Amino acid sequence: MSASPWKRLKQSEAFNGYVMVSPTLIYAILMLAAPLGMIVAYSFFKDGYLEVIHEFTFENYIQAWTDPIFQAILFRSVLVSMLVTLVTVVLAFPIAYFISFVVPAQKKSLWLFLITIPFWTSYLIRVFQWKVILNYNGVINSILTGLGIVDQPLQMLNSVGAITVTLAHAYAPFAILPIFVSLEKIDRSFLEAGRDLGESPFMTFWRVTLPLAMPGVVGAVMIVFIPTIGDYVTPELIGGGKLPMVANMIQQNMLKIDNKPLGSAIAVSSMLVVAVIALVFLFLNRRFLRGPK
Amino acid sequence: MKSPGLRLFAFAYLIFLYAPIVLLPIFAFNSGTIIAFPLKGFTLHWFDQLFSNATLGQALRNSLIIAVSTAIFATTLGIFAARASTRYRFPGKPGIMGLIMLPLVLPEIIVAVSLLIVLLGIGVPLSIFTVILGHVLAATPYAIAVLNAAFSSLDKSLEEAAYDLGETKWSTFRLITLPLVLPGIVSSMLMAFTISLDEFIIAFFLAGEQVTLPTYIFSQLRFPKQIPMIMALGTCLVIASIVLLTIAEYARRRGIAKTGAKDTGGFL
Repeated sequence: MSASPWKRLKQSEAFNGYVMVSPTLIYAILMLAAPLGMIVAYSFFKDGYLEVIHEFTFENYIQAWTDPIFQAILFRSVLVSMLVTLVTVVLAFPIAYFISFVVPAQKKSLWLFLITIPFWTSYLIRVFQWKVILNYNGVINSILTGLGIVDQPLQMLNSVGAITVTLAHAYAPFAILPIFVSLEKIDRSFLEAGRDLGESPFMTFWRVTLPLAMPGVVGAVMIVFIPTIGDYVTPELIGGGKLPMVANMIQQNMLKIDNKPLGSAIAVSSMLVVAVIALVFLFLNRRFLRGPK
Repeated sequence: MKSPGLRLFAFAYLIFLYAPIVLLPIFAFNSGTIIAFPLKGFTLHWFDQLFSNATLGQALRNSLIIAVSTAIFATTLGIFAARASTRYRFPGKPGIMGLIMLPLVLPEIIVAVSLLIVLLGIGVPLSIFTVILGHVLAATPYAIAVLNAAFSSLDKSLEEAAYDLGETKWSTFRLITLPLVLPGIVSSMLMAFTISLDEFIIAFFLAGEQVTLPTYIFSQLRFPKQIPMIMALGTCLVIASIVLLTIAEYARRRGIAKTGAKDTGGFL
């Protein structure tokens, strides 16, 4: 006797998988996918006084993209995110390499723990501390004037550089961990083989270690670049409100000016720009991401 | 000693990572009202001010309610997703897991703004509850990452042995699976709790008139007079999160030791 179709379905792996994942999936659809769809819809609506008129229009996009302020802010946001990503990943790679290749096995957990602790302490306060460090009468200027290296304190706040340092600090563990994971996966005998075949340590690194670590580097770039462009706190506190990024503009339109359609169009536009840059980057690195041969 | 250059760089990097945190207690105990060197004298005044602040008390209560609820709901949702992704194969799995893990890379402001539009659209009043909705969404991917590690190091044959010995699905889960992944669950809850306690943007958009710890801190950062007290608050928060993290790390390592897997390290 063959089992009824219902019973067979209940025993199938796929069915059980769907049942198991459904609570989380339903939550993600209701709280994430639907709201994201909503914001796209809003970006095509008209803004009336105190209410949103449900009428299809491209006006918000035209208004946003022809606005020189939006162009400047979007350009700055992309530039800052790229700088932050570059600085974070370049500083993170040697640390990940150090933990994976130099630190003895039983001490690796301790090092990873040390690196993740700052990430779990208050983000707002960490960002504000950079203001304390970089301020006109802050820590660095006190040291520099105290040692007589400079006569006048340096003006470091309210600059793209200060925003970059602060964000590079905030995203450090996000870059270190994926690179560390991919370095750990490298079969150490490949490196010995490279050396045995007469490659110098540098060439072994360049031709064996680095290509094998690239999936981690690409992951690190993605996980730093995408959220950074939407950072609200750092431009506000470190940029002194004078160097706004897209998040500040979205917040302005959503809460202060209360033009939700325009705010939505700005949000959707910046996410599209981020997505395009991310996809181009992934495409350029596609040969590293094909998995083991 | 091997690679002295790399070692030096690593220590310099640790100084870079810890500089902002080390400065907190220095200024929290400094009697000067301006956050600058040279330091004045030792004082506990800022901590006094901290503990007698009524708004801060309310903010802390709200944040604790939100963080505990987030820890419970995010971990529950995380268990379902982690179990499904480690135990079953089903069509469309990468897409489904991709959607669930999306908040990990999506800027928080996008999550916050889109939820705000929907909640206002259907007329839900902004409150602690709406913050919880957003925080669960943001914390679930982290919970899944931790729980995935716990579930994937689980030996399937242990469960099969329990079935063969006549245990039901539920009793097997309770007697075999749950005890083995319990350290992962503890560490996931602590992590979701910490993320929620620290989360600013979503709370900023969705809390309405309610105040949480981060939104309170943000509102005070504009007033130079309040900064020493914020330094004292920061010191307390750092100590609290180090204690929580040490417990989480201990739980994670015990879990790994229990299932006999190799430590791949890290929280992410």
